[in-house]
Parts: sequence; C-alpha cells; structure tokens
Amino acid sequence: MEMWYTEEQTGNVRFSIRCDRQKYSAQSEFQRIEIFSTPEFGDVLVLDDRVMLTQKDEFIYHEMITHVPMAVNPDIKKILVIGAGDGGTVRELVKYKTVERIDMVEIDRMVVDACKEFLPTVASKLDDPRVHIYIEDGLRFVRRVENEYDLIIVDSTDPFGPGEGLFTTEFYGNCYKALTDSGSLVNQHESPFYPSYSRAMKQAHKKILQFFPFCKVYQAHIPTYPSGHWLFGFASKKYHPTNDLDEGRWNRLSIDTNYYNTRLHKGAFALPTYVTKQLLENE
Amino acid sequence: MKLDQSRAPVFEALKQYRENRIVSFDVPGHKQGKGNPELTEFLGRQCMSVDVNSMKPLDNLCHPVSVIKEAEELMADAFGAKHAFFMVNGTSSAVQAMVMSVCKRGDKIIMPRNVHRSSINALIVCGAVPVYVNPGVNKRLGIPLGMSADSVKRAIELHPDAKAIIVNNPTYYGVCSNLREIVRLAHDAGMKVLVDEAHGTHFYFGDYMPLSAMSVGADMAAVSMHKTGGSLTQSSALLLGEGISEGYVRQIINLTQTTSASYLLMSSLDISRKNLALNGRKIFEWVTELATYGRNEINKLGGLYAEVYDILRDRYDIQIEFGDIGNILAIVSVGDKILNVERLISALYEVKRLYSKDPSGMLDHEYIEPVVMCSPQDAFYSKKRQIPLQDTLGTICAEFVMCYPPGIPILAPGELITKDAIEYITYAKAKGCNLTGAEDINTEKINIMIQ
Repeated sequence: MEMWYTEEQTGNVRFSIRCDRQKYSAQSEFQRIEIFSTPEFGDVLVLDDRVMLTQKDEFIYHEMITHVPMAVNPDIKKILVIGAGDGGTVRELVKYKTVERIDMVEIDRMVVDACKEFLPTVASKLDDPRVHIYIEDGLRFVRRVENEYDLIIVDSTDPFGPGEGLFTTEFYGNCYKALTDSGSLVNQHESPFYPSYSRAMKQAHKKILQFFPFCKVYQAHIPTYPSGHWLFGFASKKYHPTNDLDEGRWNRLSIDTNYYNTRLHKGAFALPTYVTKQLLENE
Repeated sequence: MKLDQSRAPVFEALKQYRENRIVSFDVPGHKQGKGNPELTEFLGRQCMSVDVNSMKPLDNLCHPVSVIKEAEELMADAFGAKHAFFMVNGTSSAVQAMVMSVCKRGDKIIMPRNVHRSSINALIVCGAVPVYVNPGVNKRLGIPLGMSADSVKRAIELHPDAKAIIVNNPTYYGVCSNLREIVRLAHDAGMKVLVDEAHGTHFYFGDYMPLSAMSVGADMAAVSMHKTGGSLTQSSALLLGEGISEGYVRQIINLTQTTSASYLLMSSLDISRKNLALNGRKIFEWVTELATYGRNEINKLGGLYAEVYDILRDRYDIQIEFGDIGNILAIVSVGDKILNVERLISALYEVKRLYSKDPSGMLDHEYIEPVVMCSPQDAFYSKKRQIPLQDTLGTICAEFVMCYPPGIPILAPGELITKDAIEYITYAKAKGCNLTGAEDINTEKINIMIQ
C-alpha cells in the first residue's frame, strides 16, 4: 500500500511526502498532532494538517531563529521561548554556555510529550537544567512579566488556531514590556510568497514596528514549508542586526552549526525586492 | 423539562425539505440561491437552500399548527413557560408585543426610567401612559441600577390603576432587581409583570444565576436568544406565564410581524434552544468560569483611564459591546474561548501601560424627575416645532433626548421641559456624553408640541 501525507499549502497547491508509517496521532485540547516516518525527510511532525518540522530540514529553521539574535548579542543570559514545544529551538540555545536560564512557554503539553518520545533528536535538550518549561498560553505568561528577558523567541504555529494570539498587537506590546533595555524579539514571520501567508507577514511586521526602534526581516530556505521561502523577524530595543554583529566574537565561540554562519547572517537580511516592497507598504 | 429536548422540529423539517429536492414555483425568487450566485457564494449553498417561505410541511409562524407549534412548545418547556412564541423581528418586537398585550390607549404602565427605548416606542404605538421609577445610579461606576422593590411599591400606591410593570432582568449593565418581590407586589395589586430579559437568556440554564422571570411567576418575558443564547441576530423568544391568553398575544404579535418569517432565524432558535436545553448547564458553568477569570485578571489592573473602546477596536482589533465615559462592557458568551479572553486582558494591560491618562471627573449624574404631561403617542403625533434648547423651558417635549452614559432618557415625548432638564443636557454635552434621540443630530434644537 502506498501512503502519502498531503498538505494543502494553499487552496490551489498541494505538497506530498511519501510515508512509511504513522508513529503518533492524537487530538489534544488545542490541535491534532501527528508524527509520520518518511523515507525522504525522516520523521515529520504535523500539527493541524501543517508540517511543523521534518528531521531533514528542521536544522535550518532552528538555527536561524536562534543564532541570529545570539550572534548580535552574545551576552544574552535570560531567554524566553514561546511555543517551540518540539524542543529544537532550545536545543540550539543550550549550545551557549553563557546562557543562564531558558523559560519555554508552550500551550500544549501533548506536543512536548509526543516530541520527547518520538522526536528525540529534536527534543534532546529539554531536560537541560537551565530549561524551565511552562505549559500555558504565551500571551498570558508574557503579560505578567516586566523588564526580565534579554531575548524572546516566538516559535509559533501559523496565526490561525492556537497560535493566533501570538500575532497580535497586545502580544508584541507585552513582549516589549517583558524585555530588558537591550532586549530583542525574534519571531517566525510566515512566508512572502503565497497571499494567505504574506498577509500575516505584513500584519506582523506592521504591528512589531509600533514598538521597536530596530525592526528587520531575514530569510531562510526551508524545503518543507509552503513555497520554501520563509521569513523571520528581528526586533530590538538596542541592536541593529547586521551593523552590531561582531563576527569574530561569535566565531570564537565555536558553536557547531550546519546552516548558520556569520557570512550568511549578513546575507539573510538582504531580501528580494518583492519582499521589501511588501514590507515597505507598512513602514 | 418534560419534553424530549433533543428534538428540533423546524430544523428537522428543513433538512427533510432539502432532501426532497422540491421544485419551487413559490417565493423567494432566488430559488435556493440559484438566482443570486454572488450571494450564494458569499453565504453558502447550505444557507440559501433553506431560505424558504412558509409551506405546508414547514408550517407558518403567523398561525402555527405543526412543526413551528411543536418547536414553540419545546421552547416553552425549556424555559419553564406556559407558552413561547418564536420572534423574528428582534427582541424589540417582543417587548412591544408585551406592552401592547396588556395596555390600551390611556392605560398606565409602570417602568424604570432606564427601560429600553423599544418599550417607550410601544407606548407611542398603543397610546399607554408611562409612570417612571427612578432606578438609581451607582456613583462610583456611573451606571444606572435596577428598580428597588420599595420604589416599585411606592409607584403602585401612587398609581393603583396602572395595568402593568416593566422590569429589566438584568439591565444592560447586568443589574437585577428583586424580581420575586416585585412580582408579588404587582400581582397583589392586580397588575401584570412584563420582563425585558434581552440580556437574560442564560438565567434559565445556569446553576448560580439570578432568578428568571418565569421561575418567579412573571406574566411575560422577552428573551434575546441571539444575545447570549447563540441564535442568529434578530431571533428572539416571547415567553408567557399563567393567566395570559396565548391567542390574544398572537393577534397582537401579528399586527406588526412579518408574514414572511425567516426560516434561517427560526431554525437558529430551534437549534439553539436544543443546545441550551441539553448542554446549557455545562456551557454556562464554563462561561461563568471564563468571565470570572477575566474579571479577576482585569481587576488586578486597578483603574484605567483612556478611550478604551476606540483604542481596542482601532489598535487591537478587539470589538467591545459598548463603551461610555467611565466604563466598557464586554460580553462573554457561549461562543468564547479562553484564548480570546486572554487577548482582551492582555490588550487592557497594554492600554494601561501605553495610553493611561489622569482620571478626568466622572459624570455626576442627577436623576431628572420626569413630568409626564400627556401620553408619548399624543406628543409624538402632535403638531410640533423645532426650537433652540434654551428657549424650550416650560414647553412639552415631542421627542426623545437620551444620554449615554448612563443610558437614561432625559426627556421622552410628552414630558415637560424643566430647568433641570435643560441644564442637564447642557452639562452632559460639555462632559462629552453621547446625546441621541432628537431630530437635530447635535441636540441644539428640540421638537416641542404646539398646543
């Protein structure tokens, strides 16, 4: 029997991966969670019919969402990660010995548990003693915190369903409040290619711009995400993401990566013209 | 509840109608949507295919004998009423039917001054004369309260010939009166009790709720199923207690009701009633929990002084039900999720952080004792003339002048324009209150009766 996972990336575009077997399937309070084993991409995590990660290309996403802000300010000590239940973001962050504390706020306990059991290469560092996991709504968590974190990483699902609150003005404003004077906010910023995603991208950029003096968008190529062209947002109270990058300092840390390097860091902020145009609509 | 509440006769008949694939040579002319593709694309085929007219298998709201009759019986059973009417012209039409069922031209009716304007409009139609009761105001919040039983007792003593009393259960701001006591006082005096439960659907289904009209023996109640019960906007229910003639009330309803009642609205009433009857207890336990959580979290903020209503809508994409100078009113209902309540709370924290101002003086509300000179009907249909506000002293007002906050009319048709009223309108304007009701949109001129 042939088994294929097919995702409707838009109403008119489908993306399919051949599967060997389904390793996990459950409905949580918030979403449908599935893990497939596939010949091309290894294990694949799917939430509400959207690929969240595959073993083969997750390194791109997780390295880009973490090492970019860490390279801009390697003095970051205290980090808040919102979402990221699979553990990939935390796995990258614990590579920095100078990081003292990582608070991870994930709304869905079942995602964390499923990833620990079935995606051990991704969730491998969730038991690091510096990591504290809170199972609750990220918006609720962040509104009660003030002047606390050097970095907030928003590693969320798309802005439909449980991730919706993490794309709102009230969320970004509360993040600003929760950051220290030199704090930065990095978020997964959807894709510029298909209109349903680029709408979310433009809105998120517009909302973040209200709060932060430095607000830049950078990109990466992630084969299993819709269009393969994915964006991240870098916003900071103090740092410019490329002007304030000290390449030598980060390289001396000898952090082991497979996608990120400091030359790519600078290039990632050089966006295609059609993307810049979309972002400028709101600047 | 004695009947099988898992039934939904109108809903079931519509599904049957759809399955039968009837060829229609009746109205509506869109013929299951085929004649209006753009609208069908927008609202959906499912929706358009049951936007149909009365016909034998679907009964007729003006004179129900089959599925609508059964659905109304189920509704009555679910609300503990003797009879229930499906209403498709909004709760305003239910309130008007209540008033017109018990009052004729010249009859007196006791009502709180903060009654919904649909009640006073009913007086314009039927010619009854209002006796107003001061509901009192909470000074700290600047909101009107519910009538006290004592003030109702005094009104009954002063006007023993009144035919009925209207009670809000609750008011727009959620305040309830001692309904049980008011019903007792009224019935002892031979008066009917009409209850505006536009915001009280949930009182019939929750465990720790205020008393509902039917549970304390009130005579009639208008219930907005669409406000907190989950049905479509404009659908509503009129409930009857013992001692009111179902047939006469139907005649009254049919005076003004459409003869093309919408099956979308009626099926929404039917399905919502079923849901509330079967799951209401659980639903409202959850809604109460949500509202309590939201209230506690928001209270931790302390006071917040800003144009919250506008800021939430314009900057946070959050629509609040209502905002006045000192308050906002957010409705939490059967359709809410914890994540949305969290958005409201978080946005309020942000509004406080970013937009908070010094508290400006609250509106100091004074109750203007209305002096009723003639029925609203006589005033409304009299010869009238618009003159500047400051020249109106001693004349009789021929229109409404309402003020938000606190949502109490300053003047209604047929009332003497006193010095207090003119001063209060001037003061409220200066305070930035929203004045409505007058023909002149800026309330600089007032329509008065020419005697």
